[in-house]
Amino acid sequence: MRAPTRPRVAVHKFSSCDGCQLAFLNLGEDLLALAERVELVHFAEAGPLDPDAEVDLAFVEGSVSTPADLERIQRIRRHSRMLIAIGACATAGGIQALRNGADGAQWIAQIYGRPDAVASLERSTPISSHVAVDFELWGCPVSGPQILAVVNSLLLGAAPRDDADKVCTECKRRNFACVMVSRGIPCMGPVTRAGCGALCPGLGRDCYGCYGPAENANTDALAAQFGRQGLDPPAIARRFRSINSQAPAFLAAADKARMKRDE
Amino acid sequence: MSEQRRSVAIHVPVLTRVEGEGALDLRIDNGEIVQLRLRIFEPPRFFEKFLEGRSYTEIPDMVARICGICPVAYQATAAQALERLFGVELSPWARAMRRVFYCGEWIQSHSLHIHLLAAPDFFGCSSVIELARIAPEEVRRGLRIQALGNELMDLFGARSVHPVGIRVGGFHGAPSVERIGDIREKLRAALPEAEALIRWAAGIAVPQDDQAFVCVAMRHPLDYAIECGDIGASDGLHIGAAAYDEHFAERHEAHSTALFSSYRQQPYLVGPLARLNLNHARLPARIKALLAATGLVLPSRNLFHSLLARAVEILLALHEALRLLDGYRVPDSPWVPVTPRAGVAAGCTEAPRGLLWHRYEMDADGCVVSARIVPPTSQNQARIEEDLRRSLLDFGLDQPDEALRLHCEKVIRNYDPCISCATHFLRMTVERT
Repeated sequence: MRAPTRPRVAVHKFSSCDGCQLAFLNLGEDLLALAERVELVHFAEAGPLDPDAEVDLAFVEGSVSTPADLERIQRIRRHSRMLIAIGACATAGGIQALRNGADGAQWIAQIYGRPDAVASLERSTPISSHVAVDFELWGCPVSGPQILAVVNSLLLGAAPRDDADKVCTECKRRNFACVMVSRGIPCMGPVTRAGCGALCPGLGRDCYGCYGPAENANTDALAAQFGRQGLDPPAIARRFRSINSQAPAFLAAADKARMKRDE
Repeated sequence: MSEQRRSVAIHVPVLTRVEGEGALDLRIDNGEIVQLRLRIFEPPRFFEKFLEGRSYTEIPDMVARICGICPVAYQATAAQALERLFGVELSPWARAMRRVFYCGEWIQSHSLHIHLLAAPDFFGCSSVIELARIAPEEVRRGLRIQALGNELMDLFGARSVHPVGIRVGGFHGAPSVERIGDIREKLRAALPEAEALIRWAAGIAVPQDDQAFVCVAMRHPLDYAIECGDIGASDGLHIGAAAYDEHFAERHEAHSTALFSSYRQQPYLVGPLARLNLNHARLPARIKALLAATGLVLPSRNLFHSLLARAVEILLALHEALRLLDGYRVPDSPWVPVTPRAGVAAGCTEAPRGLLWHRYEMDADGCVVSARIVPPTSQNQARIEEDLRRSLLDFGLDQPDEALRLHCEKVIRNYDPCISCATHFLRMTVERT
């Protein structure tokens, strides 16, 4: 039995680099196939435009960072049966959340000649700080296969799979030598959420945590290990204060390292 | 008279098929444009500020996040500037592979722009999905070329959005000979497709809209400049990256969060058409011949030739990647060691959308003291406004509002503005009195 109408889908964007929307735009032929299976009612970068349409699925990229965003995310929530936050900006405030805690007004004054004309909130925050989110897909950026897996699950009425395991498990599965053990490189893999396929260790380099914290991330043990590998407390803090700096586990770990520096 | 004094306000909430959030304010009084402002309200993301205090080892991964569509441009420009400061001589392998990696981004970004963003305009379609119904083979060909660009980026960066392969001093890893063999097959197979794309692009009827403007692009003595070279302009300027600041100025207008750049107090053009105008003599003979056969006369002063320029650069990038991967060998090390030192360095490369300039002041530990980044779209912003003004006059201000809006969008898309942050809102208000 076919559903009488195709599910209606919207892709919205807040403060971000556009990279997670590319997970759709880089699908190639699969994008055309997807457009047959669902009705893409709003996806400004691809063309369809109807931001206030009622939809079954709304994908939201980007963080809330301007006064206008506050109102817009509420409107999107009201019009969407399910709301999926995609990417580090939407799930953790993104790299631009590094401004949180800094003197934002001063930063604006240093970059822009007309600071009064720049509308920006003090903090860059994830979508879940403002509205109920039905599913979060972490990663900077999320990938096409991840997006398609979520769409397919939801179209079948199943809950999407939430892989909150650690990058380390992906290295093991792929038989990559551990860069921390074999080459002494400080790697974020032990506390970082899986999903990328351990791309960085696959190239022989450190994971830098772009998928955000894994479940039960033992950041204390990793920070201690980083210390033994020669990183000083500011350098340890920087490892956690990066793409997903406002994710609670990384935020706490960075604060701890900073307190250590101040001791 | 009542017709002349009619007051019309149109709200067009969103400009679609551009990368970023912007608005256009257009006010027409008595048949004259009295206000025309391209407003970009990309939320500020403060990259230049939060790079401060960061180690040189972190910079390539951080600046990638400025743009999901052209991360390699940001990574390669930062690495180039820092390598210059630290006195690092890249290995010949790494130097060549930087260009190959960058070619992947040109192929991906240009094909995305041509097929998903720009071409629908010229066929009366509102999206690539509609375009695929009337030109299915051409769209599929475009998506295949886009995918090949992504694949080339994957080889060196493990993924095409925010790739993880570049490090100051070279690359983190080197692809195997087998993988290079596979991609060479695909690149070769894509050559006739890219040639067909050029013929198709040349066949798309575009408005005749000649305008006078200065072109700015990088120049290289031998190659079509992409990842290295000096900065040149169509008025004869020729400078190194370090001298950029002496010739180009940035200012902030209250209506935009992108800074406006100017050259000798004038707007200027960067991007594919500027590059083709300045560097077409550096194209391989085969591409030159193909281009001549299309009838395009260079330099072109018609921005509507930008789509064709992108198609030409796709073929160039395929050629370059094939040439540089010929006889590929895995190097002993894909990177050379780096010793940081204090100082100031500038770097520039040709991002898909045009000249990208970075400047870093570093301390002795290799941490950023201050950073400045000038992306292509802020350089083009004043030129876009100037273009809109002139092309709207040519188009006819008495046209219906909807036709004016569509024409404005078409003009803006020629520049492929990558406002890269935010929702692509072009609120256009036309006021007529």
